[in-house]
Amino acid sequence: MPKQTLPQVPIKKGEPAYKLWIFEPGWKGELPLILNPRQLAEQKRPALLPGHRLCAGCAAPIIVKLASFAFRGPTIVVNATGCLEVATTIFPYTSWAVPWIHNAFENAASTGSGVEAAIKALKKTGRLPYEHVDVVIFGGDGGTFDIGFQALSGAAERGHDFLYILYDNEAYMNTGIQRSGGTPPFAWTTTSPVGKVIPGKQQAKKPIADIMVAHRIPYVATATPAHWLDLMKKVRKGIEVDGPAFIHALSPCDRGWRHGTELAIEIARRAVDTCYFPLWEWTPETGYMLTDRSLAIARNPSLKQPIEKFVEVQGRFKHLLKPENRELLKKFQEYVDLVWEDLLKRAANAPK
Amino acid sequence: MTEAVKTPKIPPEKQILMTVNGDEAVAYAAKQSLVDVVAAYPITPQTIIVEKFSEFVANGEVHTEFVPVESEHSAMSACVGAAAAGARAFTATAANGLALMWEILYIAASLRLPIVLAVANRALSAPINIHNDHSDAYGMRDSGWIQIFVENVQEAYDTTIQAFKIAEDERVLLPVAVNLDGFFLSHTLENIRMLPDEEVHKFLGGYRKTYPKVKVDYFDEEVPLILNPARPLSFGPLDLYDYYYEHKMHQIEAMKRVPEVVREVNEKWYELTGRKYGDGVLVPYGVEDADVVVTVLGSTGGTVRHIVKKLRSRGYKVGTIRIRLFRPFPHKELAELLKGVKVVGVMDRGISFGSYGPSFLDISTALYDLKERPLLVNYVYGLGGRDAQPEMIEKMFMELLEIAKTGEVKEKLRFLGVRE
Repeated sequence: MPKQTLPQVPIKKGEPAYKLWIFEPGWKGELPLILNPRQLAEQKRPALLPGHRLCAGCAAPIIVKLASFAFRGPTIVVNATGCLEVATTIFPYTSWAVPWIHNAFENAASTGSGVEAAIKALKKTGRLPYEHVDVVIFGGDGGTFDIGFQALSGAAERGHDFLYILYDNEAYMNTGIQRSGGTPPFAWTTTSPVGKVIPGKQQAKKPIADIMVAHRIPYVATATPAHWLDLMKKVRKGIEVDGPAFIHALSPCDRGWRHGTELAIEIARRAVDTCYFPLWEWTPETGYMLTDRSLAIARNPSLKQPIEKFVEVQGRFKHLLKPENRELLKKFQEYVDLVWEDLLKRAANAPK
Repeated sequence: MTEAVKTPKIPPEKQILMTVNGDEAVAYAAKQSLVDVVAAYPITPQTIIVEKFSEFVANGEVHTEFVPVESEHSAMSACVGAAAAGARAFTATAANGLALMWEILYIAASLRLPIVLAVANRALSAPINIHNDHSDAYGMRDSGWIQIFVENVQEAYDTTIQAFKIAEDERVLLPVAVNLDGFFLSHTLENIRMLPDEEVHKFLGGYRKTYPKVKVDYFDEEVPLILNPARPLSFGPLDLYDYYYEHKMHQIEAMKRVPEVVREVNEKWYELTGRKYGDGVLVPYGVEDADVVVTVLGSTGGTVRHIVKKLRSRGYKVGTIRIRLFRPFPHKELAELLKGVKVVGVMDRGISFGSYGPSFLDISTALYDLKERPLLVNYVYGLGGRDAQPEMIEKMFMELLEIAKTGEVKEKLRFLGVRE
């Protein structure tokens, strides 16, 4: 194989569209954040290469690729155990065009802490051949809400300079759709089945992004792959701030949510349209700021869709549409409204 | 055991005489070893190591990034990240902390990361107990780590520095655990001789900056085995039945090369400082003509040697072997030394419930292939920090001498110093 170099910008005709990201020692500068779709398509190559084994219709690789379009230079990716990890690296193959490490399930944030500390120590002693190396961590909802939460909270408190991107498919999908702290109320999973007595998960979704706000780290945001410009901008901000940043990205899962493989982006859009998953960002200076579609809905509440719009396309909620469960659907709507109203009260740019 | 030397490169008068406890000795050793990242969590009796190291950081005496993690699990996880990114990483723990690290111990070894871990050996809960035994170290026995047990504070200092040399050797590339007995060594003051900083730097070749090279099919040239934006590699992929076994074979092969490297490093250290510990692997005393030999790990080694000396002066043919390198276990070397011995007493400061002490199992295995096998007795002692008193050890020797006379082992598993 010929020697690889940093992707040529713009991509020349006849060149492979996918290459490793090579930053030769001494590389200086910053990769541009391109927000024009045409230029983006022509000039950017993702850090996640094709050939991975994630399911058809999975939103996780879309989130990763969009995020990598916003990387600013040399970047080390840390991955918690989960779908993304197992499906992108089955030995002897890897889909990662950047240095990548997977340690275990619950310790992506602490592994990232170590990588970041190493970068600092190498820089201090003149052994780092770059101005900066960014650390981006990807974890699923199990590895973030539940088993990895202690490591994440600790790393955030210690103030390591990393961006943690949670791709939230709202259950343990890698092991076969078990409930997690990220699973919404009433959702069917294999460990919160819809039985004769109990109709799906009985508890609320842990407000993980708000919990990260409570850590008062420099940057917290929510994002979806459907609102891709918003996502890329947020990733770049998260990388640029000095200290920990956290992005909660909703990641529709056709296997677990029981929807068609062509619907991931549509469902992510409906999650925002129904205010089930509002888009916002938070910094200690600005407080909560609504972004993109959620800001539009706040300004024009008639744009807000009923929760049925989100529920009706997913098999995991199909019991909510039965006439005898109308009460449950109402409860779900109330839950969504409560979370949304609460956010409106806090969002600095929401019309008062 | 320290032996006299002809002309060490750094004569004792040029070495720095310090009065420190075992934990402080380890902290100084880590400092002199130019450690890049220390990720650690407090736990008795290891805490002094992180306290001391935090002082070095706070006073600007080191370049080290100190990561005060929220658990031992994260301590080892951060060390894995740091070592993979090219840093020299160090941590310390004990007992329950080591147990919490357990999952990541295997990962550190399997990713072939040269991390050094100081374990101030302490009993595992329950009931909770802060004092010394080896149950924590025995618990990590099969994790793929090199395990060295030290006898005194001087050896704790020497071995911590040696551990980096061993771990980073290209023939090895495995993490090393330096075991020092909790309180007996960790909190006990001793006069030790330390090398000047620059001599330790020279011994280790300065900062960690050269990395093993690997061949991967998407690069023309061999590339350094670290997280490197210039030559991206993926660490810790999913690895199923088609490759996993071969990767385990690499670890098995690397372990085989360890004793040779430990011996070399022990010899180099001897030339430099005038101190060595047997051949680095086993520390025998009075074994040549012995009818009865007792094997032991850790600080009790000194007490046993004291009794051996006493009994030999009375004409008893007794000896002892301190096992310094516990993993990989020196089966062949031990069998060679114990050939012709009538009775071997194996002291274990820990037990595998429902079986014997872990070192007894290894020694039984080691001796099985001898044509004339010594009789074996396992002595479990000192659990939860119970003192291993000289009288107790002397009594054990007398029992073993009696067995040597009668040729009859009444009880293969004996418990020393426990109330009836």
